[in-house]
Amino acid sequence: MSRVLVGVKRVIDYAVKIRVKPDKSGVVTDGVKHSMNPFDEIAVEEAVRMKEKKIASEVIAVSCGPAQAQETLRTALAMGADRAIHVEVAGKDYETLQPLHVAKILAKLSKDEKADIVIVGKQAIDDDSNQTAQMTAALLDWPQGTFASKVEKSDAGLTVTREIDGGLEVIKTKLPAVISADLRLNEPRYATLPNIMKAKKKPLKKVSAKDLGVDIAPRIKVLSVEDPPVRQAGSIVPDVDTLVAKLKEGGHV
Amino acid sequence: MFKPLITIVRLINKSKISEQVRYASQALPQLSSEKYNIKRKDFGTIKSSDVSYFKSILNEGRVLTDENDVMPYNIDWIKNCRGQSTVVLKPQNTEEVSAILKYCNEKRLAVCPQGGNTGLVGGSVPVFDEIVLNFSLMNKIESLDDVSGALICEAGCILENLDNYVRERGLIMPLDLGAKGSCHIGGNASTNAGGLRLLRYGNLHGSILGIEAVKADGTVIDCLRALKKDNTGYHLKHLFIGSEGTLGFVTKVAVHCPVLPKAVNLGFFGVENFENILKLYKSAKSSLGEILSAFEMADFDSINSTVQNLNLPNPIADYPFYVLVETHGSDDAHDSEKLSRFLSKEMESGLIVDGTVTSEPSKMQTIWNLRESIAGAGLVVGYVFKYDVSIPLKNYYDLVPILRKKVGDKALIVCGYGHVGDGNIHINVTVPKYSQEIASVLEPYIFEEVSKLNGSISAEHGIGFRKPKYIHYSKDKSALQLMKDLKQLMDPNGILNPYKVLPDTI
Repeated sequence: MSRVLVGVKRVIDYAVKIRVKPDKSGVVTDGVKHSMNPFDEIAVEEAVRMKEKKIASEVIAVSCGPAQAQETLRTALAMGADRAIHVEVAGKDYETLQPLHVAKILAKLSKDEKADIVIVGKQAIDDDSNQTAQMTAALLDWPQGTFASKVEKSDAGLTVTREIDGGLEVIKTKLPAVISADLRLNEPRYATLPNIMKAKKKPLKKVSAKDLGVDIAPRIKVLSVEDPPVRQAGSIVPDVDTLVAKLKEGGHV
Repeated sequence: MFKPLITIVRLINKSKISEQVRYASQALPQLSSEKYNIKRKDFGTIKSSDVSYFKSILNEGRVLTDENDVMPYNIDWIKNCRGQSTVVLKPQNTEEVSAILKYCNEKRLAVCPQGGNTGLVGGSVPVFDEIVLNFSLMNKIESLDDVSGALICEAGCILENLDNYVRERGLIMPLDLGAKGSCHIGGNASTNAGGLRLLRYGNLHGSILGIEAVKADGTVIDCLRALKKDNTGYHLKHLFIGSEGTLGFVTKVAVHCPVLPKAVNLGFFGVENFENILKLYKSAKSSLGEILSAFEMADFDSINSTVQNLNLPNPIADYPFYVLVETHGSDDAHDSEKLSRFLSKEMESGLIVDGTVTSEPSKMQTIWNLRESIAGAGLVVGYVFKYDVSIPLKNYYDLVPILRKKVGDKALIVCGYGHVGDGNIHINVTVPKYSQEIASVLEPYIFEEVSKLNGSISAEHGIGFRKPKYIHYSKDKSALQLMKDLKQLMDPNGILNPYKVLPDTI
């Protein structure tokens, strides 16, 4: 049986309206409701299902971030993960934390914890990077099954159905492997009350990036974060002739 | 060169047509006048000179007379009622409403006010050829005092838009209901809409600070002060709250908006039986105290039919009853601790069998959406008889099993859900098709039973067109007589929303 490591990121909840900071250095996060990245939720669900199907023996949730990342880890534990590792990255360090750093942390932890499968969401809904799974696989030199919409155990390893442009691709990987979860992989469960209570008592270990020997000095500099352009208001024209005239005026016909 | 353009124009027409086809393909509901055997009252009939007059005050675009354009305004959203109006007017301000009513009063033309047309008792659609006065263009926000929380706006503002507007300024609307994306604040006021947060923020007689309304003769009644306290003379604004447009048309409101709660939690639980729901409610009131903002229940059939018909996810397993508990507070840590103590206690006692709890906005939305969708879920498979009654809590759920037995397999679904905190239950009986036979099994039986239990035959939906003949089950003759006197005083020609609220004879 395999040990599964799942990466979970705390992001601004998708139902919250995003506001850009006036100095364009990022988005407002203070006092804003956060939750687990939806694709990571799918990853956790898949890992827990693997455990329920006795494919996996243990599910370990990992999150890199400030103290509040522990809330996200508790959610993962309530969904069915066995234990959690909080890699504390706070303040300025967290603002510049990048997929490469997270991939290095996940790779190191995978080795330390002797994981056979790493599952992460295909991307986080805040920075939309879609890099962590790929970089982790490269750093570990493991096979990868990204954008997975179905994961099955096969003799030697896993059979992964991938969502690709215009269709599906089915691949086989050996173990250990890295998987990234796409939207259709599963529908994550809601944590039930008894499990929410139990999650409070499950082990949660705190480490720092330094403990893991990972350098988190920024490699990319964010120059500017800006709102998308505001859509211009439409107008109603009284008849076809005016419409035609307007379109000509705007150089559309 | 012109060809693509014509295609565009055709496309635009097509979308309009598809809307009409949508109505047509779903088979038009029977005319209300035939279905309920109503006789037209002695009002004037609309002449082309009347239409010209309206065009002169509103301009061409805001007077709809094309049959297809008018059609949607004749039908209520549950497709129960269909009127025969030929004219829809869309005023932009109070002066225009006043001018229209003054003219209609002189010509004895009947008028039906319409907001988002989300009413459930046919109050917002005409019965015969009443002119429809649609408020959708009166959608301006006049002011918001972020210290007192007083919002002043026009009647046609959509509730959800107002909520979004005040939320950006640290406040929320004091009411929330399933129809929030379409319903107008003026309609909410006119019907004294209840909704999901009444338990915490009270009803509109409390949160509406002021009202501007237009009487039948066009007189503008200005009670638009945004004061919390104002004991000067008769409290006239209350006449327009809940009178469903029969005493005057609301044109502006001043609403008191409470502070946006910083901490919101939502629990969704499975419960074994109704008795346990009452025990849980009592416990929630004492354990959660001031942060309890909603306590709702739904039976298995309510949730199951919604999950099936609308293909929505149910976050928890199947249970005979479901309870939804929401808290609004100012401190996350404080609220979670309270809630978690309450949950541990009631999980242990067995009142809560299982469930889930969340403070993530996206998950809360999913759960609320399931609860709010119950109202519309039956419409997908048939016709829904909807009852909205207040019953003392100990008998709250009694009627549902009785009705289930009574209608038997004639109904697809008989379900009960509602605002336990307010003693208000919604009973929906979904049948494949409306029939007089089933109607007579249900009515007046339900109203008689509610009356025997000292309940109200309409807790929040109002009386509208559907229930005037049953109003006596909940109101004494003396009260009905005074209502008639008031109507006579304020609208002597009876042109305002006729055939609604008050019965002809009492």
